[in-house]
Amino acid sequence: MEHTQSFRFFNRGPSPAVRLVFFILLSLLLLFVDARYQYLEFARSGISVMVYPLQRLVAVPGMLWHQADAYFVLQGNLVRDNAQLHEQHTVDAEQLQQLQVLQAENDHLRQLLAVQQRADYPTQLAEIVYTERDIFKRKLFLDKGTQANVQAGQVVMDDSGIVGQVTRVYPWLSEVTLVTDKDHPVPVQVLRNGLRAIVFGSGDTSELALRYMPVSSDIQEGDMLVTSGIDGTYPPGLPVAKVSRIERDPAYPFARILCIPVAGVDRQRQLLILSGLPKLPERPEAVAETATDKPRKGRRKKP
Amino acid sequence: MSAPLPRDQEFLLPASTLFIALSLLAALLLNWLPWRGVWLALRPDFVALVLLYWCIHKPYRVGIGSAWVMGIFADVADASLFGQHALAYAVLAFGCIMLHRRMQMLDLRLQTMQIFPVLLLTYAVYAAVHWQLHGYVAWGYFLGSVVSALLWAPLTVLLQALRHPRSDPDKL
Repeated sequence: MEHTQSFRFFNRGPSPAVRLVFFILLSLLLLFVDARYQYLEFARSGISVMVYPLQRLVAVPGMLWHQADAYFVLQGNLVRDNAQLHEQHTVDAEQLQQLQVLQAENDHLRQLLAVQQRADYPTQLAEIVYTERDIFKRKLFLDKGTQANVQAGQVVMDDSGIVGQVTRVYPWLSEVTLVTDKDHPVPVQVLRNGLRAIVFGSGDTSELALRYMPVSSDIQEGDMLVTSGIDGTYPPGLPVAKVSRIERDPAYPFARILCIPVAGVDRQRQLLILSGLPKLPERPEAVAETATDKPRKGRRKKP
Repeated sequence: MSAPLPRDQEFLLPASTLFIALSLLAALLLNWLPWRGVWLALRPDFVALVLLYWCIHKPYRVGIGSAWVMGIFADVADASLFGQHALAYAVLAFGCIMLHRRMQMLDLRLQTMQIFPVLLLTYAVYAAVHWQLHGYVAWGYFLGSVVSALLWAPLTVLLQALRHPRSDPDKL
């Protein structure tokens, strides 16, 4: 084979440069179409069906490692963890009872005031198949897809707070963009005083930034930020981040506020997908122009 | 010639299409391993390396077209935009098709010096597309090109060894 080829004086087909130009143009066309429109999602999910078994295969060594790791836990650790969890459970149970009373009271008051009810959202447990493989984007893949009725735009959380949002759904997988993804905005409220703000991802899994807050705004270190539920994407009242550092420099109009995500954005293995968010009425067009919590240019998909 | 692998004298099995496909598949799987944190930044691009190997040693079998198709697979698995890896790999394949005559004259150390710019260019193309679309570049990403270049020699030795004929059973 090799020898017949090395005696080939005239290459058939176009020259490498022509091929390169052809494929570059093809790639650029695909890039343009994929970045601007949603036409290629069908092709993408088609190819992902072929790729999916391989991806699961690759995840096997990691899973085996986890299982082996879990198998060789010391008994002492188990006993200690168990005692700790029992203690936690007792404390939580007491708080839960108070919460139920408060919830009933809240429902009652809301009924009296004729405000829309806040619903409990059905959740779906999903496991992380694998994490960030592209250093530019911090994304997770969960093992539930269209087969399990997951839809793009659903919110993903763990036991302590919001982790991100489903941005793309494949037949057996769904892709989650983390709240810490660069420029990913989440509308929040300060739990202490109800101040509304928008928290942005910084591209680092351990940091979020609260932008466009005036120097004089009432925010303290240690303040809890919860979702405000204003845009209708995130349900209200879920913890997002805790303010960790505030720099107020009078030379700038806005304070520099850094937060730590509450959820274990890079720690968990099982996550919850929230479904059944209430539909909000459409926003009038003219107002949309000035809204600050509109997705920015960098966002791929409007949830 | 002082090359550690005197390829002219060496008898290599003809590379079957199956072998090429399997090596590319293995490279894809290596890329898809759950790399995290620092390791993610240091992750070499195995697909790029294997494509380089085949483009240099079998430029008529693996060319820009196959590199592009591999890029599409990588795009789907990495959830990057369609064409982002494909564009980078097409440039990579073109670079080593341009280099392949020269590379066969050089030993592994000099080959590494030659392919590093090609890899760097590939990484730069990928990063440039990302920068155009999202407006920022993660500089740690370029570390991967250095690690990839360092892995070139071991990978070449490995693939050459796999293409050796088996030892003669009559000898024993």
